[in-house]
Amino acid sequence: MKRIAFRNAHLIDPASGLDAKGGLLVENGRIADVGPRLFNDAEPNDPEVIDCRGLVLAPGLIDCRVFTGEPGAEHRESLESASAAAAAGGVTSMIVMPNTDPVIDEPSLVDFLLRRAAATAKVRVLPCAALTKGLLGETMTEIGLLQEAGAIAFTEGDRSVANARVLRRALSYAATFDALVISHAEDPELVKGASATEGEFATRLGLPAAPAIAEAMMVERDIRLVELTGVRMHFGQISTRTALDVIAAAKARGLPVTCGVTAHHLTLNELDVGAYYTFRKVRPPLRSEADRAAMVEGVASGVIDVIVSSHEPQGADTKRQPYASAAAGTVGLETLLPAALSLSHNGDASLSQVIAALTAAPARIFGLPGGTLARGAPADLVLLDENEPFVVDAEKLRSRSRNTAFEGHKFSGRARATFVGGECVFDAR
Amino acid sequence: MTSPSTAPILRSKHLLGIEGLTPFDVTAMLDLAETYVVQGRAADKKTALLKGRTLINLFFESSTRTQSSFELAGKRLGADVMNMSVKTSSVSKGETLIDTASTINAMRPDILVVRHQDAGAAELLSRKLDCSVINAGDGAHEHPTQALLDALTIRRHRGSFEGLVIAICGDVLHSRVARSNLRLLSIMGAQVRLVAPRTLLPCDADRFGVEVHTNMKSGLAGADIVMMLRLQLERMAGAFVPSTREYFRFYGLDREKLSVAKPGALVMHPGPMNRGVEIASDIADDVQVSLIAEQVEMGVALRMAILDALSRGMS
Repeated sequence: MKRIAFRNAHLIDPASGLDAKGGLLVENGRIADVGPRLFNDAEPNDPEVIDCRGLVLAPGLIDCRVFTGEPGAEHRESLESASAAAAAGGVTSMIVMPNTDPVIDEPSLVDFLLRRAAATAKVRVLPCAALTKGLLGETMTEIGLLQEAGAIAFTEGDRSVANARVLRRALSYAATFDALVISHAEDPELVKGASATEGEFATRLGLPAAPAIAEAMMVERDIRLVELTGVRMHFGQISTRTALDVIAAAKARGLPVTCGVTAHHLTLNELDVGAYYTFRKVRPPLRSEADRAAMVEGVASGVIDVIVSSHEPQGADTKRQPYASAAAGTVGLETLLPAALSLSHNGDASLSQVIAALTAAPARIFGLPGGTLARGAPADLVLLDENEPFVVDAEKLRSRSRNTAFEGHKFSGRARATFVGGECVFDAR
Repeated sequence: MTSPSTAPILRSKHLLGIEGLTPFDVTAMLDLAETYVVQGRAADKKTALLKGRTLINLFFESSTRTQSSFELAGKRLGADVMNMSVKTSSVSKGETLIDTASTINAMRPDILVVRHQDAGAAELLSRKLDCSVINAGDGAHEHPTQALLDALTIRRHRGSFEGLVIAICGDVLHSRVARSNLRLLSIMGAQVRLVAPRTLLPCDADRFGVEVHTNMKSGLAGADIVMMLRLQLERMAGAFVPSTREYFRFYGLDREKLSVAKPGALVMHPGPMNRGVEIASDIADDVQVSLIAEQVEMGVALRMAILDALSRGMS
């Protein structure tokens, strides 16, 4: 029986409300014991002892929004390279989007992804399947069979279904199977060709831009359809105050709605695009400072449930272009935790709240067994130093693509060691 | 061979739906139909009850079994039967239907059997024509003779409807058979369940005094009768359900799903069947559980009873 004893840890488990010094025992890949008094008096009598020296021991992070290039664009990112980046970022579960080539819209492709992940990835890979075949927004996928194959949610990834009739039926069908649908809220016609948020800054730069309300409009529509169909819906990422207000109102009415925000929409605003800095071109585009501040507030108030990386690898070929032609997206698995921790360092949210948005909340929304330090849970753990200085250097990232929006950014705090099912997958102690 | 009594049975000169029928009407119709089951099994199947009467089958939608069933029922009762198949066109339907009605009225039929793709078409014709009108299916509204023949089939196997658990499964949304059946079975005291994915359930289905299930296992648990509905081909390819293989996996009747029904549960289907879509072949062909062939036989007898009953009020 393989046993690992963590002692002298600062245990933080938002799922159980635990925030105390203590120890944790792992047996056969699961958490066997945890608590403030564990290993206090005596050295545990076990083969492997890890002295945490007061660092935070928390559930491994669950990143709910990860794009990889596998299958189809492995030169940008494979499951293996993404998982190495995840492990280095303290992420023990990646929820991957179906926007690959081919699109994950067939049970056999879900099966393929799970087998590839088992063979090559260091962290858990949880595939989402497409909601419509080929992500074309026309006909629903085999939600029941895909769910049986292992798809944990259904989404168009970074697309919205334009046709409300198609979406209504797909949501209704998904509700039949109690499936979770992840919506991407951008009115497709309104944002077509846009690469910035409409406003003074975009006007000065002369960039094609779309109004920020393109997001709230789709959130409004989708919430009406949630009300009609009873489906559980998660908005993968929101970025504006108007959308936040709509979701807060829907939650107040008791609708089964949740939402996420990206680390970059919490920490950057449209001015960070500076002189057409394409590595900060993301979808939806960076917003005004008021919207960024509203996102921080949303995490603090709990209206925003989860913080995600929206990790999206792009190569130099697609990024080294004039701004309007450059691809959108930033890698983010390794910077998710440091960027999220800026909220607690700035006093906008507690450390426990930040960790909850990265662990307990995603586990609850997606119905995952992890995201907690409870006895019996999988031993997916991150040992993190919340104060360690970290200057982002794209050359040192593990991801196969280096398109980080945070190049040169100074953060405090990062993962020092990561464990998946009790196995150490990253160690920088 | 004639029916035992010639007293009037139906108060209306038309049969437009189950809506409006009482349990007494239904029981009387089923009793009368029993005598025609006997007649249909005799060597001489023909009587002269409707001698000289004209029956017109007016079908705006293609149909094999309902049309031929009415044709046979009419002929066995000695009526002159004419089949009119009207191809639908883009012509404004209301106008066309009323024009057609006046044309037919001029032919002085005694009974018109009509099937139309639009709900309310039989009702409209009944107001424009002097003859009796039988609704053989109007849109997703009613198909009363199918419900009556299903009831006849069930009663012959179970004696009565009181307390029977009857699961109606599949494309309830587009089904007139389901609507007529749930009306009829409910007033006869059966406990009706509707089982379908949410995309194929009508809005507010639970307001009809039925249980609504989206899972076959829960919907079939303890059922006495399992009625499968036909899934229209054009509804399979992504609009309402993603594929036939997924539909069969979750909503197709196979041995595994049937195993949760009451032991000895019987299976019905209004036909024509999609094997491997809504029903597994081995169940459809299993004479121990499948009443599908018997439903066709009961269809002729029941329609003879309807024609008989409606003719009793005629001058």
